[in-house]
Amino acid sequence: MQLTVWTYEGPPHVGAMRIATGMEGVHYVLHAPQGDTYADLLFTMIERRQKRPPVTYTTFQARDLGSDTANLFKSAVQDAYDRFQPQAILVGASCTAELIQDDPGGLAEALHLPVPIVALELPSYQKKENWGAAETFYRLVRTFAGPHALAPGAKRAPRAAERRPSCNLLGATALGFRHRDDGAEIIRLLASIGVDVNVAAPMGATPADLARLGDADFNVVLYPEIAGPSAKWLEKAFAQPCTKVVPIGVGATRDFIAEVGALANIDVSTMLDAEQSRLPWYSRSVDSTYLTGKRVFIFGDATHAVAAARIAAEELGFTVVAVGSYSREFARDIRDAAQKYGAEALITDDFLAVEQHIQALQPELVLGTQMERHIAKRLKIPCAVISAPVHVQDFPARYSPQMGFEGANVIFDTFVHPLMMGLEEHLLGMFRDEDGEFSDTAVPSHLAASGAAPILVMPQAVPSADAITLDWAPEAQKELGKIPFFVRGKARRNTEKFAAERGLPRITIETLYDAKAHFSR
Amino acid sequence: MTAAGGLCATAPTRREPTIIRERGQREVFCGLTGIVWLHRKIQDAFFLVVGSRTCAHLIQSAAGVMIFAEPRFATAIIDERDLAGLSDANAELDRIVAQLLERRPDIKLLFLVGSCPSEVIKLDLSRAALRLSRDHAPGVRILNYSGSGIETTFTQGEDACLASLVPEMAPEATDAAPSLLVVGALADVVEDQFKRLFAALGIGPVQFLPPRRAADLPAVGRKTTYILAQPFLGDTARALDDRGATRIDAPFPLGAEGTSLWFGAAAAAFGIDPAHVESVLAPARDRAMRPLSRYRLALKGKRIFFFPDSQLEVPLARFLSRELGMKLVEVGTPYLHREHLAADLALLPDDVVLSEGQDVEKQLDRCRAQNPDLVVCGLGLANPLEAEGLTTKWSIELVFTPIQGFEQAGDLAELFVRPLARRTKLVA
Repeated sequence: MQLTVWTYEGPPHVGAMRIATGMEGVHYVLHAPQGDTYADLLFTMIERRQKRPPVTYTTFQARDLGSDTANLFKSAVQDAYDRFQPQAILVGASCTAELIQDDPGGLAEALHLPVPIVALELPSYQKKENWGAAETFYRLVRTFAGPHALAPGAKRAPRAAERRPSCNLLGATALGFRHRDDGAEIIRLLASIGVDVNVAAPMGATPADLARLGDADFNVVLYPEIAGPSAKWLEKAFAQPCTKVVPIGVGATRDFIAEVGALANIDVSTMLDAEQSRLPWYSRSVDSTYLTGKRVFIFGDATHAVAAARIAAEELGFTVVAVGSYSREFARDIRDAAQKYGAEALITDDFLAVEQHIQALQPELVLGTQMERHIAKRLKIPCAVISAPVHVQDFPARYSPQMGFEGANVIFDTFVHPLMMGLEEHLLGMFRDEDGEFSDTAVPSHLAASGAAPILVMPQAVPSADAITLDWAPEAQKELGKIPFFVRGKARRNTEKFAAERGLPRITIETLYDAKAHFSR
Repeated sequence: MTAAGGLCATAPTRREPTIIRERGQREVFCGLTGIVWLHRKIQDAFFLVVGSRTCAHLIQSAAGVMIFAEPRFATAIIDERDLAGLSDANAELDRIVAQLLERRPDIKLLFLVGSCPSEVIKLDLSRAALRLSRDHAPGVRILNYSGSGIETTFTQGEDACLASLVPEMAPEATDAAPSLLVVGALADVVEDQFKRLFAALGIGPVQFLPPRRAADLPAVGRKTTYILAQPFLGDTARALDDRGATRIDAPFPLGAEGTSLWFGAAAAAFGIDPAHVESVLAPARDRAMRPLSRYRLALKGKRIFFFPDSQLEVPLARFLSRELGMKLVEVGTPYLHREHLAADLALLPDDVVLSEGQDVEKQLDRCRAQNPDLVVCGLGLANPLEAEGLTTKWSIELVFTPIQGFEQAGDLAELFVRPLARRTKLVA
């Protein structure tokens, strides 16, 4: 058992729902107890979809367990087929149904429906949402593209000279973090390179489209967490190479263009020479010197965390203090990125462990998921959201991709806006002692008229096992209060560490500044 | 005891209502969802779900409750090793509870909450609770109940939780004065209003279940009279009956009329002079009716369809039809507790169509065919129905908003007015 407060990923059958809901013409019959229908609201409320997910649940109850849950499942499949007339039916079990071992695949086959049945085995007690999405997509791809695979040992026919190169765009799903806009952005980018999109899947594709996957010259893998296994199989079955670079950030987008150019045999040098994003100039503008060296903590799915680390370090000049991910399957990529940027690597799906790390590292900016946003809010550290798990705010009304050059523009704004602007920060720091508006005891200026109580920002002390009670002189305490709140926790921690290491009995103003000198970079 | 009070309802011989009973896909939450409000209500209790990743995902998704950095609930997620042997699962549970209590020394009452997987593998949480209570005595009391979807829907989780508290209630003193117990979680603001009204009526002492702090659990016994504030508390009521308490029958305190009848029934049970009751309730009722008369203009004659959700549907339908003049197309409820709802059912129009249980596809067919003015439904259905052109009210808001009592009657009506008003305002 694992004690869990918040989870980064849902169960694997939710991953399967993301595939089914993204596609057209697929229906998923899920053997599941009453209550598991909550998953519908992820799509109808968080993503604001206008249609119910194409999922039928058996919603069995205790009284059914004593009788015949298998027949319940069969009638659910038959009813779903009759009502929705899908081109393919996915069948599977949620965590509870997995325990009662009714064999959804066998039961559905026994109905002899005129459409393919794709049976999913998603081990709920071992695997999670992204794995479930990847496995479901892989099963569908094999089922529909499989019959068209090259004979073993056969070579792929070269592309006819008059035909433009084409690729499949793999990985976008329902309920994906910015998948809607990433897909549009990359289709536009590929078109400007001169590459057509044969099939974009799973989002928007039908089973019949999956049967045509082999027609493309290569595959573009947008989200390796979801499309990885399918791309690997297509590589074998159709001798289709796939892209390795995920085009998030200016550097990665340029690498992606070069990679696509090589796969499509197109000269992309003029395209690479043209500056197409505002990010490089904005990062070089005078105002952005205040970004330099800001300590940033990164956590998300592997794809977005690795991309964010590269952008933070190479395109904004931040100092990356940690790169972490809940995608255990991609631990190696995370460790490589961490090593490259001299940061700590963190592979965990334990929210409490992530919180402890953030608290201990005292970063100046957190780039994380909605959950890190809550941690950061509590610790009063600026934060931007870079990855799933998704929230209704991650489906903005405006066009807001993460990928491509427009994505890089969006990311510049996303990472930078939570931070206080350079001069603003200095002015607050210089005059905070006498400043009636920004001192700790001041009421927020916009609430002053309402007589609101002052919000006291207490320095955050980090409890540790061997904590000793340190004596702060009142004037040192007061001096600490003059340090801007977003770095005060770190100043306090460093000072106490400095004092403890030297066995100083009392922290004075001198100790505070000695510690500052000692830890300054 | 029967309903009595300011607005006396007469229930002459009437036709039995039509009840559609269906089985099929049920689009309802499981009882675990109750944790979302219960962990806010009982300030020193912690809820540990023993379940799967699905359970954890449900609770954090169901109400968008990722507000509390470290909330007073968590999930002990069962993994494949726990499925191999139950002795190991018990040892694992003990380890998790120890870890949790070490981390959160403020916990005084811990609920082990059963789930579908814990029930299917027959992990006995009542024995685990006994064992762990012994291990962690005297600082922490450990109880258990089931919030599983195979046993409970949505609000039944609260019923199971409160029922598990009843055996913990002390026996009342032998010389105890008659007391009133109000049963069912209410918003603190509503509870405070109710306390003031009970005091003005001259009823006391009045206690509430659940209490705001676990340590304040009231005593119970033959001198205890209780009144349900929520319509989904069948097991809790039975447990209180077993302790010798007596239930007051009344419509539920929704709307000016419903609240009057509810207080009136309590006052009658305590033998309060009807003239005094009327003098206390009349000003509150009149104030409640002022906004209602305004909202009645917007709702009168509008046709409403309820999908099953919280078991609040019957009293809500009574309020909307009698006090706001709405026409009831179909009133769906996950479970129809005929005894507890008797007073509300008696006030529904003769031609009402009720449905119990659900086959969601068939119910959607009926709903579309009827084309009501307003559909009350869960979050999974609301946006798709809006996109089809129907106007909806999400039912979960009726559980998470203070709607009981006189002062909230207008707010409750407004919840139904707003979706209709929006439809007339939006032109783009």
